[in-house]
Amino acid sequence: MSDTALHLNAARYTWGGDEFLFVEIAEGMSLAANFKANAMAAALGSRKLPGITDICPANASLLIRFNPDDLPPNALEEAVRGVEAEVAQMSQHTLQTRIIEVPVWYDDPYTRETGARFRSGHQRPEGNDLDFAAQENNLASPAEFISRHHESPWLVSMVGFVAGLPFMFQIVPQDQQLEVPKYLSPRTDTPALTVGHGGCFACIYSVRGAGGYQMFGIAAAPIFDPAQRLSNFDDFMIFFKPGDIVKFKPVDETEYRHIQELVADGSFTYRQAPVVFDLEQALAHPTEYNQEIMEHLNGH
Amino acid sequence: MAIKITEPGLATTVQDTGRPGYYHVGIPQGGSMDQLSAEMANALVGNTPAEAVLECTYIGPRFTTDADAVIAVAGAPVDVLVNGTPREQWTRLELVAGDEVSFGMIHAGTRYYIAVQGGIDVPVVLGSRSTYALGAMGGFEGRTLKAGDTLDIGAAGSERHASAADFIDESLRPTFAKEITVRVMPGLYDHRLTEEGLDTLFSATWKLTPVADRTGLRYSGPSVSWKPRVQPFGAGSDPSNIVDAGYAIGSIQIPGGKEPIVLHRDAVSGGGYAMVATVISSDMDLLARSAPGTRTTFTPVTMEEALAARAEGKEIRSRIWGSAGQ
Repeated sequence: MSDTALHLNAARYTWGGDEFLFVEIAEGMSLAANFKANAMAAALGSRKLPGITDICPANASLLIRFNPDDLPPNALEEAVRGVEAEVAQMSQHTLQTRIIEVPVWYDDPYTRETGARFRSGHQRPEGNDLDFAAQENNLASPAEFISRHHESPWLVSMVGFVAGLPFMFQIVPQDQQLEVPKYLSPRTDTPALTVGHGGCFACIYSVRGAGGYQMFGIAAAPIFDPAQRLSNFDDFMIFFKPGDIVKFKPVDETEYRHIQELVADGSFTYRQAPVVFDLEQALAHPTEYNQEIMEHLNGH
Repeated sequence: MAIKITEPGLATTVQDTGRPGYYHVGIPQGGSMDQLSAEMANALVGNTPAEAVLECTYIGPRFTTDADAVIAVAGAPVDVLVNGTPREQWTRLELVAGDEVSFGMIHAGTRYYIAVQGGIDVPVVLGSRSTYALGAMGGFEGRTLKAGDTLDIGAAGSERHASAADFIDESLRPTFAKEITVRVMPGLYDHRLTEEGLDTLFSATWKLTPVADRTGLRYSGPSVSWKPRVQPFGAGSDPSNIVDAGYAIGSIQIPGGKEPIVLHRDAVSGGGYAMVATVISSDMDLLARSAPGTRTTFTPVTMEEALAARAEGKEIRSRIWGSAGQ
């Protein structure tokens, strides 16, 4: 394993004013960089240093908020550098996590209508975001793009932007990553639960609002529930955590409506299963390993 | 005891000192934009600094009380009216049941704060009463106020905090200037700007545009140039793009090299635009007080200077609260 996570160069440390320390693990995105970000966040959290208010692991970086009255900046930096060295010594790169099936109605009328409203400023004014994404990735059709989107699982690499929005990175080799530019100018409206994509990242918008990612479909069930009505939200109003693995499941309108009814009567629960994610295996045998992870959902 | 809102104002919300600890899931710190003004309002009515207040933006609410009450208005200069009669800001106002409070035009700045003895009693969500409107949580039903809303006042109203100030001395009151200098610490991704671009950021006068809310403030001025480069994998094609990362509150991003945006208390917690400097913690209130059109200079300071400014802020607070406070 010493060839993956440990192959990253030392991180770059920089201050965001007097209350934030920013640690850039890598400039580019990779599973290894994300793994290091999450491992550092976990190790720092377990030290329970007084004066740290927020530890925010991101795709390939880490943002830490602290109170300099309680924890001098130098002491914080020293502690985080210590954590970085500790993570570099890790001999096992596995993650105790879960795989979750997320039903999505691809090419749905809601995101299509929203896309049409913001078409005039789009890179490709004709067609819709799916047509654009298929073309950008040299695929034969939007249907092929949709298949590629849900065939392989995604790792939740960061949670944020707005309440509980997951950024996801597909667990496939770099040459198979789907890449799409963001909107030239961000939209002022995006339907809640829109499945979006920008750069190499997928997301699910947790609430209605602004957004710059291309829109491909709509998830059928909530991922943010401030009233904690559904049982998946018993512990917390936000569903996703960094490290979660997502398998999108395409559904048609009938199934989408059925899920909406289950959500309305409070009986919907996400299908999910515990899984141990092994970074070495994911990097060494991506296709086989993905099949193996997805089988956990079927109880194998 | 309760107050009844008869007119909501433009964007009146319940706010307190904020909701730290949930930024890693995209829930911002929130809280009063101008923390010092809100704290002064609380001090005047004998609350603790943690009590929830009403934050009024430009146009305040009209409301009545159903019992005797003690209120104070601090922050941006505004005409305060009780039953149509002008009253003072920066001091305690005693109301009797049925009194109607309303506001005239704001004379400078953007936001003022109404504290009620006892505090606005809405449910505590994740440790705070602050409204996070985008997430429809906290505050009064997770939203800005509407006509007809009735806000409960906390029981603390019966006992005045020992440190209550009778009025805020003029020398301590914040100012609401049309021209300000905001101290920032360069960093994060400042190395991605050209030397000329960085010079422009710190030497130009930036004008606050009307695109300014609790999430962030957008400025107009000259363009700044980014160094041309081969973009890292996953970042996006523009040189101002980065692989999506956590955003420091107060950080300045300049999408495409035009119109810097400074994130504020309801900041989005992450995204793909490079940040090039961060407003120091003690100048966040100053930023919150500026109205569209405010001519703003961003001046670079060191960590030591930022910490010294922070200590000065604490000194002002201890003068408001005296030895009995906090």
